Amino acid sequence: MSKLIPIPDELSQPFWDAINERRLIVQQCADCPTLQYPPRPTCQDCGSGTLGWKEVEGKGHILSFFVVYDGRYQVRIPDQPYNVAIVTLDEEPLINFYANLPGTPVKEVPIGAPVELIFEEVAPGQLIHDWKLVE
Amino acid sequence: MTTDFTGEYTGYRRDKPGLGLWPHQGKVAIVGWGMSPVDRRWDGVSMDKTYGAYGMLAIQQALDDAGVSRGEVDGMLVCPETGAGATGGSSADWGPYRQYFEPPYDTEYGLSRLNAKWIIDNMPGFDNVKFAPSNVPSIGEQMGMTAQAVADGHCEVALLVYGMNNFEGRYRHGGENASPEARGNRQWNAPWSSGDGLQLTGAITIQQYCARYGGTFEELIAPAVINEHRNGLMHSWGFYTLHGESGLTFEDYVNARPVLWPCRIWDCDRPVNAVGAFLFATAERAKDMKQQPLWVLNHNGGQGGTVRSSQETLDESEEARAQVASMVYEGSGLHAEDVDIFNPYDGYSFFLPLTLEGFQWHGVKKGESQAFFNGDISVEGPHPFTPGGGNLGVGRTRTAMYIDSIEQLRGQAGDRQVTIKNGRPETAICAFAPARSAAYIVLSNATP
Repeated sequence: MSKLIPIPDELSQPFWDAINERRLIVQQCADCPTLQYPPRPTCQDCGSGTLGWKEVEGKGHILSFFVVYDGRYQVRIPDQPYNVAIVTLDEEPLINFYANLPGTPVKEVPIGAPVELIFEEVAPGQLIHDWKLVE
Repeated sequence: MTTDFTGEYTGYRRDKPGLGLWPHQGKVAIVGWGMSPVDRRWDGVSMDKTYGAYGMLAIQQALDDAGVSRGEVDGMLVCPETGAGATGGSSADWGPYRQYFEPPYDTEYGLSRLNAKWIIDNMPGFDNVKFAPSNVPSIGEQMGMTAQAVADGHCEVALLVYGMNNFEGRYRHGGENASPEARGNRQWNAPWSSGDGLQLTGAITIQQYCARYGGTFEELIAPAVINEHRNGLMHSWGFYTLHGESGLTFEDYVNARPVLWPCRIWDCDRPVNAVGAFLFATAERAKDMKQQPLWVLNHNGGQGGTVRSSQETLDESEEARAQVASMVYEGSGLHAEDVDIFNPYDGYSFFLPLTLEGFQWHGVKKGESQAFFNGDISVEGPHPFTPGGGNLGVGRTRTAMYIDSIEQLRGQAGDRQVTIKNGRPETAICAFAPARSAAYIVLSNATP
């Protein structure tokens, strides 16, 4: 399965560095309790520009999903149909991630089920985070 | 070209709550419209069916509709967007790898794009255009920009032109979508193949909707889509009217191929080649024109709400649409029960229930769209929802919502004319407003 390769920028470089170390981190505001993902230049709640990173456990639940039968990304066309789910993070349910749920049959996505973090290499030295059902 | 203003026009957006009534009610009216035939694509041969030729056709229709000469137009707001190619790379342009033609088709203008200069150069008589901003947005905010330009005195008779082209090639499969890399914001969604179109994010939201409120996506949306096709066929210029397709049934709908399940091909508007034109005027100029002036009560732009994380959730979607509706109602002075004609944007079918519930048109609240759609939403009935048929009903012109609203308020909608208020509706809300967009315009046939 070919996937698009994320190209880090200045803001996201620490995040992708952590992913390549098989760690999931999210931004943590220094001035309020907010955790946020994807990273932004400022805190979306208090506006603070003082943001650090916090490693999270990598446990979540499936919020919803759809199935790509005819998508626009050329590198993924051979994989069609495939699931795309939304996973909420247990440590902060306002944070959500996309997931392809490898191993889960197409359309047979159990909404509300627990999932756990996995990593997949999409290019030499570049991992991405994905999620799979907890067995 | 006689224009003395071709720069950027800023400050026209009404994009936040608390702005109060639009202070120019009764000063700006829509006085004309025109619409080219809607084709799937230009055939590359018929020079009377080019994007430019269709643009000129629509413009002349709008002028004739209003009884206005070209020389009376002093504002020209032409959207440079072309539709198919915004993220589609090669499918957006005719050239340069295909051969151009004799003038005026020796550049992209007239083939894949339009601007005020090309129109003025090729339609003799536009000798008094003094206002032609370069930064015209797509038709949702273009409507507001044009109304505000007239209100602010930049022009007295303003021509709005908006078109969509669709050249050969898979729709939006080019450009960055053909790249193996995900840069910028795409790094947060493209590796999992989400985010390559509003339909992806919306498809998840509507799945959440069905899970929360009950029923299947098909039970929710099929009646609305079928109603849109029925209404669309009642336009003389729509794609399905001209090209002999549709007449969609429930069986057709449920058996159609999935694109992004649960969404099928009929949940997505069909890319087309077509151009629409609209004419706005000051009250003073409008009073001597051929048609009844339709007064602009309000216009909005920008977006409602926020999205905290990767994906908009149903809660965020509902909050955003309620905020947008509040802005639209606040600026117009109308309440939900005052709105006779409701033509929201429907480029993807799942926008319809979410927007309907945000505006609470005909009292429809969260989770109630399925029951509403499965009632009588025909133009003949008590709840004539999207009487214009929208993009799903006529093709991806993004104009049906406006044209129908104009025709309904004039009493000229023919077979589509609604029967509420004895066939004389007084107010309309219409939009090209994808997702959380606030790009709505509110019209009335009664002088404010």
